[in-house]
Amino acid sequence: MVTYLDHAATTPMRPECAEAMAPYLGGRFGNPSGGHALARAARQAIEEARDTVASCLGAEPGEVVFTGGGTEADNLAITGVVARQGGLAVCSAVEHHAVLYPVEALGGRVVAVHVDGRIDLAALDAALDGQVGVVSLMLVNNEVGTIQPLAEAAALVGERAPGAVVHTDAVQAFPWLDVASLAVSAHLVAVSAHKFGGPQGVGALVVRNGVEVEPLLRGGGQERERRSGTHNVAGIVGMAAAMQATVDQRPVTVERVGRLRDHLADGLLAAVPGVTESGSRAIKVAGACSLLFEGIESEALLVLLDQAGMCATAASSCASGAMEPSHVLAAMGVSRALAYGSLRLSLGWTTTDADVDHALEVIPDAVAQLRERSVITNTR
Amino acid sequence: MKVLVAMSGGVDSSVAAALLLDAGHDVTGCTMKLWGGASDTGCCSVADVDDARRVAQQLGIDHFVFNFADDFTTSVVEPYVAAHAAGRTPNPCVECNRSLKFDRLLGRAYALGFDALATGHHARIEHRDGAWRLGRGADAAKDQSYVLHMLGQEALARTLLPVGHLDKAEVRRRAAALGLRTAAKPDSQDVCFITSVGGRQSFLGERLAMTPGRVIDAGGAEVGWVAATELVTIGQRRGLGLAGGCEPRYAVSVDVGTATVTVGGADDLLTDEVAVEAMSWVDGPVDGSVEVQCSAHGTPRPAAFDLQAGVARFTAPAPRVAAGQSVVLYYGDDVLGGGTARGDKEAIA
Repeated sequence: MVTYLDHAATTPMRPECAEAMAPYLGGRFGNPSGGHALARAARQAIEEARDTVASCLGAEPGEVVFTGGGTEADNLAITGVVARQGGLAVCSAVEHHAVLYPVEALGGRVVAVHVDGRIDLAALDAALDGQVGVVSLMLVNNEVGTIQPLAEAAALVGERAPGAVVHTDAVQAFPWLDVASLAVSAHLVAVSAHKFGGPQGVGALVVRNGVEVEPLLRGGGQERERRSGTHNVAGIVGMAAAMQATVDQRPVTVERVGRLRDHLADGLLAAVPGVTESGSRAIKVAGACSLLFEGIESEALLVLLDQAGMCATAASSCASGAMEPSHVLAAMGVSRALAYGSLRLSLGWTTTDADVDHALEVIPDAVAQLRERSVITNTR
Repeated sequence: MKVLVAMSGGVDSSVAAALLLDAGHDVTGCTMKLWGGASDTGCCSVADVDDARRVAQQLGIDHFVFNFADDFTTSVVEPYVAAHAAGRTPNPCVECNRSLKFDRLLGRAYALGFDALATGHHARIEHRDGAWRLGRGADAAKDQSYVLHMLGQEALARTLLPVGHLDKAEVRRRAAALGLRTAAKPDSQDVCFITSVGGRQSFLGERLAMTPGRVIDAGGAEVGWVAATELVTIGQRRGLGLAGGCEPRYAVSVDVGTATVTVGGADDLLTDEVAVEAMSWVDGPVDGSVEVQCSAHGTPRPAAFDLQAGVARFTAPAPRVAAGQSVVLYYGDDVLGGGTARGDKEAIA
C-alpha cells in the first residue's frame, strides 16, 4: 500500500468522474461539432458539463472555455489578452510557471511577495500603471498553499490600471475554496480537472463577458473561436462530474483534511528537530503542509520516503525529473541552502488517518538517517 | 547487496545495471543532472536522462534523478574556466569524478543506505594482497582507469565497475541482446558541457576575457601571435600565426602572465620530467620505478617517481605535459595514484 501525500501534483479520480466518463470512452463517441445523432448527443454532454462548470465557478455557461489543462488555460489568459488588447503583463513572483513564464516571455513585470508568501500589495501598486494590460495572481500557491488576497489585488488594479484584465490561476484553490465567490473579482479564472478528481489533460478558463482573448489554437473554431480542436468529450464530462462532487463535499472534506493536516504538521514539528513550516498555516488551504528541514536534501529524503512507500515531493520538477530549487521559496526569502531541504506534503480528498500515521512514522526516521549519514565522503 | 548504479544514459552504465541485476543484487538506478546549459554529448542533457530512465524501466528497476548542478558549477565548471584563465589545461572529467561521482554521489549512496555505488567505467576494482586495487579495463582502447586515479581505499571498497572486464563490443552485444535502447548509442566525446557547435573557444569566450599574446621562438624572436593565450595548449601546432614553409613548430610553453607563447621544434616538446601536485594514492604513497600516463589514452612511459620532490623523471625523454593535466602513476595495469601536472618553468626546464 502506498501512502499518497502528493495531491497538489494530482489527486485520484473521483468515482463520480470515472462513472460519468465511461459512456464517452465507449459507445457515445461522437464529435460534438457534427450534426447527426451521435454528434448531437456528444454536444449535449459538453453543454451540460459547461452548465455545471459555470455554476461551480460562478460564471455564465458562455463564459466557460474548455482547454487541455490548467497550463493551457493560464497561457490563453496571459498571452490571449496581451495579443488581443496589448499592454504589459504583471504577475506575482510565486506564480506557477504556467503563468510566470508567459509573463516573462512577454517582457512583463514580476511583483515581490512577503515572507508569508502573500503578494506585497505596495509592490503591486508600484507595478501598476496605464501600460498594464493583464494582472495575474494565483488564488492559492501550488508549493506552499498560501491563499492570496485576490480581492484586494483586483481592487488595486481597478484603481491604478482600470483598463487591465485580472486573471487568477485557481488550479490549486478549487479543491479547498469556494472559487465561485472568491474569484468574482477576476475577469479570467483558470482551473485544471485533475487537481480535484477529474481526468488529467482537461481544464477550463472562465472568460467573463466583455473580455476578449486571442486564441492560442486556430482551426475549427470550437469554443466560440477561443479554442479550436475537437472537444475532449469524456474529459470534459468527467471534469464537470468531479467539480460537482468536489463542491458538494467541500465543506466536509476541508474540515476533515484540515484536521489531518494539523495532526501531521504538528506531529512532525514535535518529532523532528530543525524543521519549520514554510509560510503561515493560518493562511494556507487545508491540504497544504510545506516544511523545511535543516541539514538535509529533500532529493535524498524523497528517495527514502519512496522506498518506504510514501509519495511526496519537494517543489516543482523540471523536464529531466530533477529537483530545481524552488522559485516560490526563494521569493519568500528562504535561503537556497534551506530550500534544498523543502518537503511538500499535500493532502487530498482520499487522505486517511492511516496515511498521516504512516508519514509520522517514516519521515522522522528518514530525516534522522540522512543527518547521521551526511558525512562528506572524500575520495582522497 | 543494495547497489545504486549511476546511469548516464550511455550503453556502458546501462549494461552495468543489467549485469548487477543478473548477479542478484538489489539495484536502483540514478542519473545526475549536472549541467543546465547547452550540451550535445555525455551525461548532462535531458535526452540522456530520458535514455537512462527508459533503460531503468526496461530493466524494471527504480530510477531517480539527482540535481547536482550547483556542485557541478562550483566544483567543475568554475575551476575549468579559472584554470584556463591561468593558462593551464584542465581535465574536467577528472574533477567531475573526484567531486561529483565519487564524492557527492558516493556520499548520497551511503546516506540512502546503499552498500555500493556502481558506474559504467571501463576499469577494474579487485581486492588483492590485502588492499583494494584499481586496474585498467579489459578493453585497452576504452580503458578509463586514468580518470579514476583519485579513488582511494575507502571509495574503492564501496564502488563496483561491472563492465570493466568486458570489451566495448561485448558491452554493445549484451545491450543489443537485452533490447536496450542505448545499445547503438555513440560513445560520449569530449567535455559534456561544451557543445561541438560552439566549442571550447565560444564556451570560454563567454566567461573569460581573452588575452592576445606574442608567439616567440627559443631565441626570443617574435614569430607569430595568438588571439587568446588562455586557449593555447602545449603541443599545439595550428592557430599560432606562424609562417609556413619551414619545419613544423609547436607551442612548448605558455605564460598567460606575460601573454607569451614559446614555440620550438619537435625535439623541444620533449622533457625529462614532470612535476606533480595534489597527489592522491590508491593505497599509500609510492616511490621509485613506475609508469607515467599523462592523458586519457596516452602512452604509459617508464619513469622514476621522486616522492620527496613530487617529480616523475622519465627514463627516456617524453612529451611535455601541459599544466593542469592529470599525471597518473601505474605499476603494470594497476593505478598507484595520480596528481596534477604543475608545469612550472623550473620543473620542465
